[in-house]
Amino acid sequence: MVDQMDIPPSQLLRLLQTEIPSNDEKILRSHTIWLCLNCEMCIGRCPMEVDIPPMMDFLRSESIRRKMVNPKAGNIIAFHRSFLESIRYTGRLFELGLVLSYKSKTFHLFQDAGLAPEMIAKGKLGFIPERIKKVADMKRIFSRTLKKGGQS
Amino acid sequence: MARIGVFVCHCGENISATVDCDRVAENASGLPGVVHSVDYKYMCSDPGQTLIKEAIKEHKLTGVVVAACSPRMHEPTFRKACAEAGLNPFLCEMANVREHCSWVHEKTESTTQKAKDVVRLLVEKVKRNEALQPIKVPVTKKAVVIGGGVAGIQASLDIANGGHQVLLVEREPSIGGHMSQLSETFPTLDCSQCILTPRMVEVAQHPNITLWSYSEVIGLDGFIGNFTVKIRKKAKSIDEHLCTGCGLCTQKCPVRKIPSEFEQGLGTRPAIYTPFPQAVPNKPVIDKLNCTYYLKGRCKLCERVCPTQAIRFDQPDEIVEVQAGAIVLATGYDIKRTDFFPEYGYGKYKDVIDGLQFERLASASGPTGGMIRRPSDGQIPKNIVFVACAGSRDPAKGIEYCSKICCMYTAKHAMLYKHKVHDGTPYVFYMDIRAAGKDYDEFTRRAIEVDRTKYIRGRVSRIYEKEGKLVVVGADTLLGGQKVEIEADMVVLATASVANPGSEELAQIVHVSYDRYKFFAEAHPKLKPVETNTAGIFLAGACQAPKDIPESVSAASGAAAKVLGLFANDELTREPLVAVVNRMAPPLFSTCIGCFLCQPVCPYNAIEREEFKTRDGKLLKAVARINPGLCQGCGTCVALCRSKSIDLYGYSNKQIYTEVSALLDEALV
Amino acid sequence: MKIGFYPGCSVDGGSREYKESCRALAKAYGIELESVPDWNCCGASAAHNLNRELALALPARILSLAEKAGMTHLLVPCAACYNRLMLTQHELMKDETLRKNISEVTGLEFKGTCSILNVVQWIQKWILPELPEKIKKPFDYKVACYYGCLLVRPHKVLKFDRPEDPQSLDEVMKLIGATPVDWAFKTECCGAGLSVSKTDVVADLSGKIVRDAVYRQADALIVACPMCHSNLDMRRREINGYLKQNVSLPVIYVTQAIGLALGIDRKELGLHRHFVPVNLPEKAEATK
Repeated sequence: MVDQMDIPPSQLLRLLQTEIPSNDEKILRSHTIWLCLNCEMCIGRCPMEVDIPPMMDFLRSESIRRKMVNPKAGNIIAFHRSFLESIRYTGRLFELGLVLSYKSKTFHLFQDAGLAPEMIAKGKLGFIPERIKKVADMKRIFSRTLKKGGQS
Repeated sequence: MARIGVFVCHCGENISATVDCDRVAENASGLPGVVHSVDYKYMCSDPGQTLIKEAIKEHKLTGVVVAACSPRMHEPTFRKACAEAGLNPFLCEMANVREHCSWVHEKTESTTQKAKDVVRLLVEKVKRNEALQPIKVPVTKKAVVIGGGVAGIQASLDIANGGHQVLLVEREPSIGGHMSQLSETFPTLDCSQCILTPRMVEVAQHPNITLWSYSEVIGLDGFIGNFTVKIRKKAKSIDEHLCTGCGLCTQKCPVRKIPSEFEQGLGTRPAIYTPFPQAVPNKPVIDKLNCTYYLKGRCKLCERVCPTQAIRFDQPDEIVEVQAGAIVLATGYDIKRTDFFPEYGYGKYKDVIDGLQFERLASASGPTGGMIRRPSDGQIPKNIVFVACAGSRDPAKGIEYCSKICCMYTAKHAMLYKHKVHDGTPYVFYMDIRAAGKDYDEFTRRAIEVDRTKYIRGRVSRIYEKEGKLVVVGADTLLGGQKVEIEADMVVLATASVANPGSEELAQIVHVSYDRYKFFAEAHPKLKPVETNTAGIFLAGACQAPKDIPESVSAASGAAAKVLGLFANDELTREPLVAVVNRMAPPLFSTCIGCFLCQPVCPYNAIEREEFKTRDGKLLKAVARINPGLCQGCGTCVALCRSKSIDLYGYSNKQIYTEVSALLDEALV
Repeated sequence: MKIGFYPGCSVDGGSREYKESCRALAKAYGIELESVPDWNCCGASAAHNLNRELALALPARILSLAEKAGMTHLLVPCAACYNRLMLTQHELMKDETLRKNISEVTGLEFKGTCSILNVVQWIQKWILPELPEKIKKPFDYKVACYYGCLLVRPHKVLKFDRPEDPQSLDEVMKLIGATPVDWAFKTECCGAGLSVSKTDVVADLSGKIVRDAVYRQADALIVACPMCHSNLDMRRREINGYLKQNVSLPVIYVTQAIGLALGIDRKELGLHRHFVPVNLPEKAEATK
């Protein structure tokens, strides 16, 4: 993924070490933090065991909180939000709903349109969202975690 | 009646900045028994010492307390000053008001109070000090050097040239160590064997050196000047006096496929072998684990071909005890092997090798005759990648420290490669180039500028095999972490230097301390770099920490100088701070009840059994006796003695009780 | 015998053939997979990106429910769910305050008593022992075992297999008669986390994996994660575009491969649901 990143992770760490606010801002506005897939390869190989993945998690939520999200990350965040919205109301992921919600957020109406018919033919795509019995639990979890400075 | 003098030192501002020294001196003058008390800026200076000497004479002092630094620093200074003024040196005590007081506390009233208290304790103690006489012990003027690499060789030669006997003990069949495996040496590129083998021969020929190869130290008793070293001489299965080293047996031996230790597994050797042609001693040993006769009970081909009938299949290991006055540890180091590195293939790629293997490939005496050929198919690699810091400076998966020699030998490897494969390209992945040493940085620059080695600053995250090539994936951090992929024909890992296997065991046998990496620990990192915490045992070379050849040789000569200094004495003076079992006139002889529980706890085997008998030989009583030559004054027996019959000179129970109660009395007031 | 089962949304939905093959395997062994009652989504790749507490609370609810149902072992076939559940258990067990906070959020007690198993651990524990005598048709193919990220990393938390060049799937495959190839992309990321939102990047990452497996002459890719599967299988059109060739290498779940060796019906294993048809060469069909 490094080829795609505007700041490589090693430089991102260096920027953090400087403790200069303008560098912090540079990080929070970067595309990098949204491209990190948390594949955990970095910590697997790092001789200093710098635990980058949770750091990236933190930087992403901080970037949203301080309204510094990189414009190129719009799709990625839209997807994450559609995902969480889906489980917020039903407790489980409704894949068709997720895709539709994501498309309406990003206007990528035709992307992946080819996949759906085949998925339906293979019996992979359900049309009715599954709801858990205690959806109230989801409401409780979402409202209690998100109110503390989080985001969705 | 005690007449005590107290001398309070300011130590410049080290003490006086936080402790009110004149008030400490003034307070001391009021203590019972103190007849003289002063403070001074530098008590350890000449005028300061004169102050003490004059006071001893003028006030007829019977005891002296110097309130200054730790006794580890200046106790000898002040005791000597007292002795010069005619006072028994063991009537001088130091009150540590620097390390125990001024350095560790803020400037407050209680800091000065603590200094006063410390002085008071020592005044009470010194009143109960006894005049003691130093203990004299003889010195055995023979050194045992353990390990026959370049450090052990140098130390042996220096001690032997100083006129003393040396026993050099080497675990392998030949001396020479890792240096004998190297092709060329940095920063001069001179041939390693060419400079080492003359020294090896000198060892063999030196009248003062006895060489026991294929031998291991398995026990050590005694103390400085008087060690008893127990050595196992492993059976070589040959009669060394008869063997002429003709080599016929090694040529005829039918077992030929044993990976050679000397060739780092890149070549093979027979079951009866000398590790390399210039081996010293140049006589073979039989590897019992691989010899057909030892495994299956038949063969004996070597016995049939030996022209001097020197083969001895039934030779047993021999265990020998040797007396020695000093020990030099020179057991060297080892390196991590390629199977240590998960991301570099766990050793499964034949063409990923370590630095010592590359040395053998580059060596004219090596398995390829000095041609750089890769192990898998013997091809000459056109792209070669050297990875520095493989396992070093890697707290997560390797070792934390810098292995120190790799930057230099990697530059050397790249140069040697380029000198042999003109159209090839050497790459070096590095974190930093650490080339601090005489002509070292110039050397690495040469590798880059003259020999056109491509240095890439970054780590290698992964190596995998593809289409007969090794794909090396790394980063170029000088290009902002840009990904680099090199399709290499061969990869050399500069693997971390680590302590030798067995170093921990040896340290425990000879009672020296070692660090968390199992390297032997020096007594002081700066001022006692070749001494250990055990008097009479010295360190040489890379058994202490990774070292290159010049450093190993310097350390070896340093250790030899210490040994020669020790051997310049016919007898040694030891502080008489030893334990004693009390004695008295018959009918009691001693309060010792003869339980001898003290015997097993003594770490120095210093406790003996003494029997009192009637004239006709009837046993009256057996009591413990402590050999003052062996006792190190640790006090374990004192604490254990149930009848309170043992006391420690200089730290008697009475002295300690007095110190404690002096403190408590004041606290209660 | 009964053991706890957390399918997760993908395995319950778009990747249902994984669930079907797990259940088929369990059936053949007389094991009952009992779903966690009223289970919810673990938050997977989305929650931790946006909110840490949410990313912990969602899996915590699942684990609490499993504990409440008396489950001592919980099979989590989806590697992503397995990873989230393990990370949550690890975080909550080492920090008591956090554990209290999260329990307060979910309204359920969390004790950390449930042992979480990935599919390979489940196979090792319950399927392997009687495997040799149950094999009807050895799975005699060259396979490239693809572990992905989430099954083996972070090693400090999961403590499963070795993080570089893992071997556990290869060992399982050997037992059913397959020949695992030594290849270079066992644990490289396929990019599933951005499958929908950055499809171009994903074709690149997954393409390299497929290309190496083909180069090593594998007949099939073996996976243990629905994310990896849908990426390597459903996104094959994009991958083919990236590789500029049509690759017919099928992507098979480890449970499906074992099922085939046990002679379980292809349909019961859900093989008909794959985008890339699972048409393994005939040679093995003959070697019975």
